[in-house]
Amino acid sequence: MPPILELKGVSKGFGRAHERNAVLQDVNLTVNEGDFVSIIGYSGSGKSTLINLIAGLLKPDTGTARMDDSIIQGPGPERGIVFQNYSLLPWLTVIENVRLAVDQLFPAMSEQERKDYAAKYVDMVKLTPASHKYPKELSGGMRQRVSVARTLAANPRILLLDEPLSALDALTRATLQDEIAEIWQKNRTTVIWITNDPDEAILVADRVIPLLPGREGATLGQELIVDTPRPRDRKEIIKTTEFKDLKIQLVTTLLDAKKESAPTITKKLSTPDILPEDLGKKRSFNLFERPAPRRRSQLAREELKIEVP
Amino acid sequence: MKFFYQLKLDAILLPLIAILICVGGWYLIAGHEKISKVDDGFGDMTTKVERKGVSPNLPTPVETWKTSKPYVVEPLAKRGELDQGILRFAWLSLKLVAQGYLIALVVGTPIGFMLGLSKKFTQAFDPIIQILRPVSPLAWLPLGMVLFSNVKIADASGKMLFGTTDAASLFTIAICAMWPTVLNTAVGVRAVPQDYLNVAKVLKLSKTKTLFKILIPSALPYMFTGYRLSLGIAWLVIVAVEMLIGKPGIGGFLWQQYNASLYAHIILSILTIGGIGYVLDRAMSLIEGRFRTA
Repeated sequence: MPPILELKGVSKGFGRAHERNAVLQDVNLTVNEGDFVSIIGYSGSGKSTLINLIAGLLKPDTGTARMDDSIIQGPGPERGIVFQNYSLLPWLTVIENVRLAVDQLFPAMSEQERKDYAAKYVDMVKLTPASHKYPKELSGGMRQRVSVARTLAANPRILLLDEPLSALDALTRATLQDEIAEIWQKNRTTVIWITNDPDEAILVADRVIPLLPGREGATLGQELIVDTPRPRDRKEIIKTTEFKDLKIQLVTTLLDAKKESAPTITKKLSTPDILPEDLGKKRSFNLFERPAPRRRSQLAREELKIEVP
Repeated sequence: MKFFYQLKLDAILLPLIAILICVGGWYLIAGHEKISKVDDGFGDMTTKVERKGVSPNLPTPVETWKTSKPYVVEPLAKRGELDQGILRFAWLSLKLVAQGYLIALVVGTPIGFMLGLSKKFTQAFDPIIQILRPVSPLAWLPLGMVLFSNVKIADASGKMLFGTTDAASLFTIAICAMWPTVLNTAVGVRAVPQDYLNVAKVLKLSKTKTLFKILIPSALPYMFTGYRLSLGIAWLVIVAVEMLIGKPGIGGFLWQQYNASLYAHIILSILTIGGIGYVLDRAMSLIEGRFRTA
């Protein structure tokens, strides 16, 4: 059986020819049915680009992205995506947001079936009492739950989560991590979870893959396997040495990669050829003989103090 | 409680003071009647009425009220085709505005959508729009008369129902009022967040569904801002149009009273036009507020 998702030698950059800004370089990833993968990386290191490539919202410059052995041509409901900023439609209520997906994807169902189906997913994320509220009336955590419900209701084969919890406070994050993990345990949908939080990555996923920054674009590093049995109890896990070891390993890998990829500046820095005026000096006003500005180029000697952090 | 009291007082008292200052200024520059006895050259004394002041022909506030009274006290009276209560005139104007405004919305909204959706369309039509946009209604009306010179719809008895002047005035109102709708709709469509469009793409919504379920609801607040501004312009244009074509209405009344040297009625008309414009704007911004999302 082919893997459900396979990226081979994928690279992606933005901008034109000589100004091209390489984001991803030679990314290889194989995900099997039922995997719970988390990809962790720095902000701005190309995580969202990667998930957009998998979702089909972007096309790779080189290499191939395949789902079930066929090349991903564009976005589709079989790869449901939960966006970082929730992407709820503000003019629709919670249930209407979910219904948007349900009505579109299950036209064969009767009105009543669709209603029940949507309600089931709203219930799954524990939002039944808020069904008829608008997104602006909900907290960040509740909004993201709606987004999860809408995506899950589409019955995707792969669930893509693009930093779903990064806009939330730590405690809400923890709760939602557990909830999503719990839902996964029931459905066993394949999950790819993008995050910038090492704890989150290790706590929720079975496979943790770092996205390492590089000068020619980011690439995926050596993956770590988390074989802690489920359901995971966060309070217990964070005390274990396995958890600490994994975290240290992950953080070290990411920090080392960052150091190596630190950009070197090859630009010649030029300062303006003018020196600030000494405002403390007493001057007499003369309309016709204005004092000329002091030029840096006329200085015999200049000292520059550089502090290296 | 004290704060609330203060707020209410300021909200009423301050505008009232400003109004009083303006009316006072008006009074000062207005003409005042001076009655003097003059010898008529034959030994008889006759009274001579003279108007004096910075602007001798400008009626004072009190004179304005006295002359305008019949029009205000009986705002719905109809004494003749060109002698009607002020609200009756306003109603005639409003009817014309409503028709022209409706045409502006129906034509302007789709153009706005096309501008917002297609970069090519924008590049092609933007120069034309920018050139036509600042043209005054006074310039459009004659063109309208030429364009619609063949329009004649009469009933069986030969009474004209809809003629060239009607078509030309609707054309003028519509084309002048259209631009805020066009431009705001275009901005609104361009401002639809990419995330919403991504949702549509992932769900594979059809083009029509994306339009009705994502684009229109998302652009609606912008569209209503355009609609409000358009209504303001339509109301602005009606006065100019009525003056030119001499139709009964608030603008026609204003011009006719000027020609009849009844200057007080000009002020009455201006205040009425302003008042109605204000009410229309308030009403539209209430509707606009209802559509504001998130």
